[in-house]
Amino acid sequence: MAQPQRPLSPFMQYRWQYTNTTSILHRITGILLSLCFFVLVYWLAAAAAGPDRYRDAVQTIGSPLLQLILFVGLFSFCYHLLNGIRHLFFDAGYGFELPVARKSGWAAVIGAVVVTAVLWVTLGAMLGGAA
Amino acid sequence: MSLRSPLGRVLGLGSARGGSGHWYSQRTTAVALVILGLWFVASVAMLGPGAPHEAVTHWLASPFSAAMAVLLVLVSAWHALLGLQVVVEDYVGDKGTRVVVLVAIKFALVVAGLIGVLAVLRLAFGSQA
Repeated sequence: MAQPQRPLSPFMQYRWQYTNTTSILHRITGILLSLCFFVLVYWLAAAAAGPDRYRDAVQTIGSPLLQLILFVGLFSFCYHLLNGIRHLFFDAGYGFELPVARKSGWAAVIGAVVVTAVLWVTLGAMLGGAA
Repeated sequence: MSLRSPLGRVLGLGSARGGSGHWYSQRTTAVALVILGLWFVASVAMLGPGAPHEAVTHWLASPFSAAMAVLLVLVSAWHALLGLQVVVEDYVGDKGTRVVVLVAIKFALVVAGLIGVLAVLRLAFGSQA
């Protein structure tokens, strides 16, 4: 006997829209920020180990791979911060109306892109760039 | 009177695992990290080009900066632990794998957090090599 056509689990049939995009981005950026936490600890530990070890560490952080990680990490920081504040408002019971939630979602994404660009230009030379 | 079945209670099912405590800690650390995160970005920006070693030691020699840096490390590790736990619990279906991954994450974050705190304290007390 053929399997009856049962409805699929909700996440299989919802169409792609801003709500799941902002939510998934929040999780992905959270995971990336967890990785950046280890870079922060590496940087602090190197500073505590003295000027020579610190210079080596800054050179390592200046390598293309780590710069890419830090760039993605900076975007993650900006997005997770902005969308996190949005979620704190949700938790307090504000901003659930669809037009408001849509606007704040877009604001978090666009705001994060803009702030990342500004900070990368101003901070870019700080860690690694000028090492 | 509890509406939970005795079997549910011994298996630890339902809300007995302290879900509201987890939820509340996640939000409290989030609010703290808004402040600590902005402070950290501003501080790094003020270290100057290349963030020279003297600038870092000078920065963390101030008790306020050192306290904020210790808090940043501790609260970040805590917030990351809570957040990663939710992600792992949502996407890792196999119970054995889930427990192993959760314990590994906890160990890694506790060790890294301790290293971070000790590094800041060493700089704060000016005893770096």
